[in-house]
Amino acid sequence: MKRFLILLAVMVGVSIGAAQTTITYWQYDFATRVDAMNQLIAQFEAANPGIKVVQETFPYDGYQQQVAASLPAGQGADVAQLFYGWLPTWQRAGYVIPLPEQYFDAAELDANFAPLVQAAKVDGTWYGLPTAVRSLALFYNADMLAAAGYDAPPATWEEFVEIAQALTVKQGNRFVQVGYGFAPTGQDHHLVREVLVRQFGGAPYSDDYSTVTYADQAGIDALTFYTDWVTKYGFTVPEFVPGNNGYRDGFRQLENIAMIVDGSFAIGDVKKVGFNWGVTELPVRAENGIQSNFGSFFMNALTPNAAKDPAKLEAAAKFLQFVTSDEAMKLWLDVVGELPASRSLISDPALAADPVYGPFVRALDYAHATVFVDETGQRDTMVDAINEVVLQGTSPADALKAAAAEEQLLLDANR
Amino acid sequence: MRSSHGAPRRRRLSLTTREALWAYAFLLVPLAFFLFFRLWPAVQSLKLSFFTWHVDPEQRNFIGLQYYREMYANFAAKGDLFKALRNMLYYFLLVVFGQVSIGMISAVLLNSITWFKGLFRAIYFAPYVTPAAAVAWVWGWMYSVNFGIFNKFLSDWSDFVTNLGLPWLAIDPQPFLTSPKQALIAVAAVVIWQQLGFQVVIFLAGLQGIPRPMQEAASIDGANGWQRFWHITFPLLNPVIVFSLIISTISTLQMFDQVQNINFTDQGGPLGSTLTIALYMYEQAFQKFRIGYAAAVTVLLFAIILVITLVQLKVTQRKVEY
Repeated sequence: MKRFLILLAVMVGVSIGAAQTTITYWQYDFATRVDAMNQLIAQFEAANPGIKVVQETFPYDGYQQQVAASLPAGQGADVAQLFYGWLPTWQRAGYVIPLPEQYFDAAELDANFAPLVQAAKVDGTWYGLPTAVRSLALFYNADMLAAAGYDAPPATWEEFVEIAQALTVKQGNRFVQVGYGFAPTGQDHHLVREVLVRQFGGAPYSDDYSTVTYADQAGIDALTFYTDWVTKYGFTVPEFVPGNNGYRDGFRQLENIAMIVDGSFAIGDVKKVGFNWGVTELPVRAENGIQSNFGSFFMNALTPNAAKDPAKLEAAAKFLQFVTSDEAMKLWLDVVGELPASRSLISDPALAADPVYGPFVRALDYAHATVFVDETGQRDTMVDAINEVVLQGTSPADALKAAAAEEQLLLDANR
Repeated sequence: MRSSHGAPRRRRLSLTTREALWAYAFLLVPLAFFLFFRLWPAVQSLKLSFFTWHVDPEQRNFIGLQYYREMYANFAAKGDLFKALRNMLYYFLLVVFGQVSIGMISAVLLNSITWFKGLFRAIYFAPYVTPAAAVAWVWGWMYSVNFGIFNKFLSDWSDFVTNLGLPWLAIDPQPFLTSPKQALIAVAAVVIWQQLGFQVVIFLAGLQGIPRPMQEAASIDGANGWQRFWHITFPLLNPVIVFSLIISTISTLQMFDQVQNINFTDQGGPLGSTLTIALYMYEQAFQKFRIGYAAAVTVLLFAIILVITLVQLKVTQRKVEY
């Protein structure tokens, strides 16, 4: 009898095991994001006993490489997180599948998600959804500003230049402290393209992002202004603090950088610093001048692995729905500090009035999400244009014209 | 193999044949490894270079030589491939010559010391076993314009000579990795420094093979240290030099880690001045998901390494007998 019972228990156990669907979720390794996702997975599994979610993470720098190599072998993620700018390259090579219509209603998504999230579509088809969106703002070290006699952050670029110059300290030919953390490879290439070009009265691209239009006078003025921070005003230098995230390290840890432009995703880490800090909307050229910002997001998408069998596809779709639901967005805001991607949550007045989230939320109203075709390549062309000016002494006009021609080739080749 | 009376007599293999068979049997394992994990992927990557890339093999379209034409166009327009190939030439000249010559000289010197022999050898070998990422990170800080030890030294030096009333001897802080002109040389120096230990070991091994009586005889005949090196050590080291040259050439042509890590946010920069073929290939494959094009680049890299190695073998290998 005892044996029979054991056998029965084993059989029941096996059949329960067989009914369970396991899906794999991939994202890059970032402590708060991993933590938030673990909490979401626990909630999801509790609500869906038949589904198990395994989270696997990789260092940011090797993340795309893991994806590139694993999926063709039928391994790895069923649901993967990707930067929206990578979507075109991933989609072209078949690494993501369209959101299945039986689980996702396109019209509903259009209505529920912030307008910026439209960039998760390719040719009108939804390929994924974000939990959070991000925009840029100016972080500043309030102690440093106060020590120099400034009790408020800059509202205009003129004030920004003045404060940054006042906070720059040199010893002989070498900088000891800089007013601004120059980071063309960080967020500054977006700052030039989507913020400064527009503030100077231009547009970086045609409305459908098929033509590069920044190589006009407005664009040249924008690049001149930005590179002047190094070449004319001298309150910053390239690679002031060496390393992967030098501008952040200098601001947060070494405390030798007074101001940086960074995304809302940096909030979680900046909160840990030991000095008084603040964050403010990106400066404008003059009071009531044109405001602009760069909006972006990481999205969650289904891979071809998820489409291998219907049970898996259903589980993966359910999980994707859950991690992009309003509840998940609230948790993500608390744990990671990133702004919710849904229209209803982002329009919460309390959020817009928050001293930390406020500047980012308000910026979403006037933010543009560049429609990339090859984010890496397009980033490199702007970074090279900036480097041409500050490292090689090329005129901003020539550098920008070369960049525009090169970027246009990328746009043409990938459409 | 036993044979006994009454059993049909089998043909006996000679001892040498049997030994050879055993040797082949054991060699089969590495051979299989080589075939499956080296040669087969190489053939596969040749095949990939003729197809567009897609996760689903059914959707990979044959496009013939299009990627090769694209490589040519990129090269002709002085794009990134051109920069990578140009940089490879500079790396080759700097790194290979630097490694082999400094490695040989260090080995000869290390071979002639008697005190702390082991310690010195360990010190020279240590960089070789340090991970490239750690090396790149530390050197990145040393090269830092504002915080690096090199510019600290230059600025102290400038203060010193200025105080002496010799300001014309002062040297400005250098941009190093942030200068498109200096970055490649700076990276090459790191690679030479890191690979030196390996070269030293190779040359030390080679030096052990040079008969001591020959050196002693030359000494008695009145040859000085330089003459002994130039007329005895150097010619007899020729096979080692050839080996070291080829190994360092191949590793230089495949350079990746150091370049990728030393300027992480602008890999191969600034302005493509440190880009290598391997890094270019990596960016195409794993940042742009253009695996077909990247495969075509690996085929090019393979062809380059093959040709250079064959030329080196032809030019440098000569028998030296005394």
